[in-house]
Amino acid sequence: MNWVLNNLPLIGERTLDHLGIAVPAIILSFVLSVPIGWVANRYSASNGALLWLSGSLLALSGLLYAIPSLPLFLALPAVIGTGLRDPINVVIGLTLYGIALMVRATADALASVDPHVEQAATAMGFSGWSRFWKVELPLAGPVLLAGIRVVSVSTVSLTTVGAVLGIKSLGLLFTDGLQRNIPGEIYAGIVMTILIAIVLDALLVLCGRLLMPWRHAAAAPKAQAPAPTKLGVNA
Amino acid sequence: MNLIIDAIAWILDPAHYGGPNGIGARLFEHLWISVLSLLIAGAIAIPAGFFIGHTGRGKAAAVLVSGGVRALPTLGLISILGLSIGIGVQAPIIAFVVLAIPSLLAGAYAGFEAIDRRIVDSARSVGMTEWQIVGRVEVPLGLPLLIGGIRSATLQVIATATLAAYISGGGLGSFIFLGLRTNDYTQMLAGSILVIALAIAFEGSFSALQRLVVPAGVRAGQRTNVRSGSSRSVAAAE
Repeated sequence: MNWVLNNLPLIGERTLDHLGIAVPAIILSFVLSVPIGWVANRYSASNGALLWLSGSLLALSGLLYAIPSLPLFLALPAVIGTGLRDPINVVIGLTLYGIALMVRATADALASVDPHVEQAATAMGFSGWSRFWKVELPLAGPVLLAGIRVVSVSTVSLTTVGAVLGIKSLGLLFTDGLQRNIPGEIYAGIVMTILIAIVLDALLVLCGRLLMPWRHAAAAPKAQAPAPTKLGVNA
Repeated sequence: MNLIIDAIAWILDPAHYGGPNGIGARLFEHLWISVLSLLIAGAIAIPAGFFIGHTGRGKAAAVLVSGGVRALPTLGLISILGLSIGIGVQAPIIAFVVLAIPSLLAGAYAGFEAIDRRIVDSARSVGMTEWQIVGRVEVPLGLPLLIGGIRSATLQVIATATLAAYISGGGLGSFIFLGLRTNDYTQMLAGSILVIALAIAFEGSFSALQRLVVPAGVRAGQRTNVRSGSSRSVAAAE
């Protein structure tokens, strides 16, 4: 406890470092997954090359998620030419994991929109573009929100792994605490990581309520069965 | 790309295979650490999940465990366990058991929960005992989701077992951590490629296995329920 009280500024600094890696990765993975997930869903009922495209997008995202994080953070510099201890590797790696989870979630979310509503929107004269933005995306919102909440929790937890390479995050409190034999430092890191995950989750739920006032946002995750697959944290 | 070629040359070098620090020995360590952790986690989580799924009691606790543990950073858990019980293989194994429990628990009880209640009631009405209902009706019908949970837990543990070497627990991560200490990027990258290949090999075998264990009747039933037909139902089963 003494260590924590004497090192509050350090904990604050590491928390900011942590947010600086996790938050961009969460936002990027959401923004990039929506178009990919749209393609995967759009062509899931077609045939030939387009069905192949849709299937391989989903298979590829499954495979991507199987790649362990520390090896991914280490292999990225060899592929994209960044420095080994550059935080950008962790941001890119976590974004790839986020995409791997969100592409499937987005495809499922868009598939959950009632096809009669889509037909009604077309009949009312919506163009394909405005139908997507004004009808499909809002109706897919609750399932999208459930997906991004899972991405957020796992991203915040995985950010700590970068500390093994010396990349600044709350994970440095683990490696430093272990080396210097300070349990309080490790506990502080664990508690702050969980706290960030809880706060970001609460913010996402709040965003959901503001953006989807017609539907109680909390009902969304309940509607989805607690699927055991693909929701885990790998390191 | 030269870096990757160097790393592949490192992996192919016969000198790196034998002995206690060779790829063979490290791969064996990696696998037994993972299997042992999964067996312990399975012995705890699967019966608990069956109990929750069958009785419907304790579901709130199960959801809390599955959700809460996911936010827990494994590196932090290994660090704190390493401080209290020392370096070596015990601390990582405990951490991997904790890591594997949520997926296994969720797979076991979600499998039971997904079964139509009328099927369970009709099993009861034809005179099956509760044990028979669990063993002959609920377990087989819940198997696809349980296998999904086992798959997910296995992949997580195989991937995370890389961190065992962080406190000298062995496994394929040893090459990564040795490379980090000696600033030998070729070795780090070679270790990374080995772990990635292992994880992808497991992912591939599981997706083949999972397709095999879904009972034919269950698969046919799912297809008719799903609006867009074939491809989506496989996605739902996974």
